Amino acid sequence: MPFKPIVLWTDALIYLLLVVIVFFVWYVRSNKHLLEPWRRVGHSTSGMMALTLLVFFITIGLLDTVHFRSAVESNRDTESGTIYSAEVLSLLDVIATPLRTRLEKTYSAPFATHLYTKETIELSDGKQVREFPRLVFGGANLQDPKTQFTADFASRAFIGLSFGIFIWCICAILLITLLASMGGHKFSETLSIIWRNETESPWKYVLLTLALIFSLAGTAITLSAHYHILGTDKVGQDVFYQSLKSIRTGLVIGTLTTLIMLPFAILLGIMAGYFKGWVDDVIQYTYTTLSSIPSVLLIAAAVLMMQVYTETHLELFDTIAARADLRLLFLCIILGVTSWTGLCRLLRGETLKLREMEYIQAAHAFGASHWRIISRHILPNVMHIILITTVMDFSGLVLAEAVLSYVGVGVDPSMISFGTMINAARLEMAREPMVWWPLLSAFSFMFALVLSANLFADSVQDAFNPRIKTSLIRIGKSRQGKQGNKLENKVVVSIIRDSTSP
Amino acid sequence: MTPLLKISNLETIVHKGLKPVRVVNGLTLQIMKGETFALLGESGCGKSMTALSVMRLLPEAGEIISGSVKIGGEDLLLLPESAMRNIRGRRISMIFQEPMLSLNPVLTVADQVGEVLQQHFNLQGIALKERILKILNQVGIPDVPNRMFEYPFQFSGGMKQRVMIAMALAGEPELLIADEPTTALDVTIQAQVLALMSSLQQYNGMAILLITHDLGVVAEMAHQVAVMYAGEIVETAARDQFFRNPAHPYSLKLFAALPGKKKREKGLATINGTMPLLSREFIGCRFADRCDHAWDLCHVSVPEWNEVTAGHQVRCHLFSKNSEYRVESPVKKVEISSQAMSAFQAPTSNPQLLRVTNLKVHFPIHKGLMKRVTGHIKAVDGVSLTIPQGRTLALVGESGCGKTTVGKAILQLIPPTAGSVQYDGLELVGLERKKLREKRTEFQIVFQDPYSSLNPRMRIIDIIKEGINSSDIKFNRGMSGGNPRSLISEEEKVDTLLQRVGLPPDTGWRYPHEFSGGQRQRIAIARALAVNPRLLICDEPTSALDVSVQAQILNLLEELQNSLGLSYLFITHNISVVEYLADEIAVMYLGRIVEQGTVDEVLGNPRHPYTQALLSAVPVIEFESKREIIRLHGDSPSPVNPPSGCHFHPRCHHATSICHTIYPEETAFSPTHITRCYLYSKERNLPHPQMQK
Repeated sequence: MPFKPIVLWTDALIYLLLVVIVFFVWYVRSNKHLLEPWRRVGHSTSGMMALTLLVFFITIGLLDTVHFRSAVESNRDTESGTIYSAEVLSLLDVIATPLRTRLEKTYSAPFATHLYTKETIELSDGKQVREFPRLVFGGANLQDPKTQFTADFASRAFIGLSFGIFIWCICAILLITLLASMGGHKFSETLSIIWRNETESPWKYVLLTLALIFSLAGTAITLSAHYHILGTDKVGQDVFYQSLKSIRTGLVIGTLTTLIMLPFAILLGIMAGYFKGWVDDVIQYTYTTLSSIPSVLLIAAAVLMMQVYTETHLELFDTIAARADLRLLFLCIILGVTSWTGLCRLLRGETLKLREMEYIQAAHAFGASHWRIISRHILPNVMHIILITTVMDFSGLVLAEAVLSYVGVGVDPSMISFGTMINAARLEMAREPMVWWPLLSAFSFMFALVLSANLFADSVQDAFNPRIKTSLIRIGKSRQGKQGNKLENKVVVSIIRDSTSP
Repeated sequence: MTPLLKISNLETIVHKGLKPVRVVNGLTLQIMKGETFALLGESGCGKSMTALSVMRLLPEAGEIISGSVKIGGEDLLLLPESAMRNIRGRRISMIFQEPMLSLNPVLTVADQVGEVLQQHFNLQGIALKERILKILNQVGIPDVPNRMFEYPFQFSGGMKQRVMIAMALAGEPELLIADEPTTALDVTIQAQVLALMSSLQQYNGMAILLITHDLGVVAEMAHQVAVMYAGEIVETAARDQFFRNPAHPYSLKLFAALPGKKKREKGLATINGTMPLLSREFIGCRFADRCDHAWDLCHVSVPEWNEVTAGHQVRCHLFSKNSEYRVESPVKKVEISSQAMSAFQAPTSNPQLLRVTNLKVHFPIHKGLMKRVTGHIKAVDGVSLTIPQGRTLALVGESGCGKTTVGKAILQLIPPTAGSVQYDGLELVGLERKKLREKRTEFQIVFQDPYSSLNPRMRIIDIIKEGINSSDIKFNRGMSGGNPRSLISEEEKVDTLLQRVGLPPDTGWRYPHEFSGGQRQRIAIARALAVNPRLLICDEPTSALDVSVQAQILNLLEELQNSLGLSYLFITHNISVVEYLADEIAVMYLGRIVEQGTVDEVLGNPRHPYTQALLSAVPVIEFESKREIIRLHGDSPSPVNPPSGCHFHPRCHHATSICHTIYPEETAFSPTHITRCYLYSKERNLPHPQMQK
């Protein structure tokens, strides 16, 4: 075999999460009433745009999750069979091989053709000069960067853009054909419906978002073949490659931590609120105690213990990647253990309120069991809280990882993450001239990821909360149109009472 | 005489969804100085929106598109917002429905009243304080110098509403808008507040725009009446004309839907269907679809105002002068759909389906760090009652007297502190949880608020199936266990139940928020019926509903009793519902039953002073029969610290020294009629009190 598949711990959990999601999707599709709110999610413009971007991030993250070790060409014929490289690669690494392997000497700015620092160069005639040396790979095809750069950049950017738009056209045609066949219309009809934005889901905006993503990605890919589009870091590694690799770390921290935290928070929170009495006391004292320990110290202590353990048991890990991965998983667990208290407290409060509701009492009057009341009545009614907290935590955790890595108790230094990127870049901010690109890249990628997750979460929340009516959106439009023929001096005054009250 | 307030052709819309909702549509009315004008209508007909339009306090989505609102000749709709602030509170003030929500909990009462005075009269210091004192005295708050610096939570509901009135009156307005001022209050408190409002009106000579759904309150208070339906006024008349001779079919229906003693055997008239959506365009009469007298013309042309007698106008084609189809006597009484409700013969097999003896529920009060028990709230303090199979016992009392707690304690939803609850001979108190769960299907409860009694995240079919699932199937696990056949029969059962309570079967696939209050209450009843109970505890099932919807629910309950032989424990504060539905009645005061007997005995000849006061405080429509209201002073005492001796003695007009010390024993007038009062006790032969009849 030319390669040996490796399943790291976090990979396994991500696969498990995928299976759960696929099962959930299948279950929702087969139940009409569960599908209905998700349809409403699909009707929200911002939600669908954010989802499109999220899918893009998740695809990169998943590509980076499929790990393997490639076979090494070996001269010796050993009985043990093929020898595999000690380096664990992912599909993303393979795709981005040029980015991964083309190392410069040290810092170089985005699209630079020369290094960022002066070096003493020995000329062919034996004289030495101090100047900015040419990069080994960045803009290596240019004879005279000063004159040729602009033209080369423009032509490549144009080719990349056209390439991106071409791919987008194919995707768009496929999508429209699919929609046309599902809706039973002709292709041209579907196109005009989409153009007039009269479809149920805002496909027009999805396509626009896709166009933006594809043209950006096309340009970036073409340009990155010849330039370091986001520059290089201290050891000359491409920052664009690092940013792509950081996505997986962010996603893993954001999702797995919540997964680990949720069972504690849900079970204990609802139990405390529902049973009250001594159960409530025990759970309350537990989380009060836990949350009064400074969580950074707790995490630092746990991570350091973990570090010592891994270093003394090196034989347990056959690769560096496995060791870094275990540390990542452990970080997820310890973050999960320290962060469930907030949600638990919220759920306890909400359950205390819900258990006095009349439908819960009606269920008691039927002789329903405690488990049934918790699972059928209380859990669905606190689901929106869980959902909001999960997604708020997602962004918070991605940010927490950055902070922890800054303190030095985050992920393994060999693992690329937003935190390690920022940590490496922070000292260079004080340098003159400033090295700004690693920080900016990490920041923009993180921003896009967190923002799209938040926007998507908002639309999910709107769709699932039966009390929010989505029809209110159009009020603004119809109001503006009619301003002309109004009585004068009319001012809309404050709300005293809800318009629906009798 | 020029009118004080003149609204003409007012049109208000609320932007909601695709089409604007026309909540008020071409409304015209006039209010004279010193007059009480009652705007009567069911919820959602736009009466509150009218009031908010006058105050220009509409919600953000609301908008006045045309019309004028003139107060003393000045058009409010043309004023800039800054000038409007000098109108609000000064010339027009408003009292809201919910006194608990209308006062700011972090400001003292004096601050809140003083705010109005500072704004409109620029009063400061001692002058301000004196004025506040005077106003609070005026609205009858006891011990004002001390109480004016207390916070709203230290006041009872009735007192809060008095403070609200004081705030409204502080600006000495010409017009007072009272939006359902007594709906949230008990009858005895309601009588106090209404009396206060009319005495203040006589004193100040202000006009009142009274918005209400309660015909009784209208009969008590109003000079002029306007009936509102679907955004427009359909009938307007002086009070006497209106009550003697209501003209519009909708008004007639409202009267016919009122429960009462006379309608016991007949069933109540109901209005078919629901109020039309106000977002749609109306071609003909708005009431045509639900009207019994409607003919072709009603569906195609909008009726104009027709005069019945001088000052009595109605918007109905029946009264049109040039109508060819004129009905001979349009004002005939509405025929009540008496579908031969055969009186159900109660099976005498079980005269004591439920027997409650000396039931007590005390809630401990914990205080301090170690949560020591420092006292008890005696919510229920020794209640005994019996319900035979197929009969209805009404438990009557004001809010806070513990009647809901009795209902929940019978169902063992709240563990009783002492006493016994025997259902069909089986003692429920202290029964094991497992055995109790098996027994639970036999007695069910219908709650007051249909909005909080259905799980918003469950479909109707799941809500109804819940009872079936947690009862039958659990105990016959062998035969169900995911068997598709049993699932089908389950869905059929749900369909039958929905039909039985008058809902279409496709209802099952929707969520509770898509239904109106009345429909939700039907669903709640269907859910309770799903497990075939024999006893249904109805905890104020109609108090959150409109009169016409209430009639539907009461008819439904009566029909179910006739066909299924259910027993009801009907917990309510509404005497007319009791008269209509109940066989026996128990009057509760502060955790104890003070009088008990058949409906005729108790309502026809009330013995206990509290029962007498309670009955006299209920506003009645037949105002020819003048009655004297026995006014009770103050509010119910707190159950934490009930008065010594007879609980009622601090408010009783007949109280004597023995009432202060020892709680009275039972006195029986007949085998069924019992009361607890020293007036009738053998131990003390007092002269018989003068009965106000």
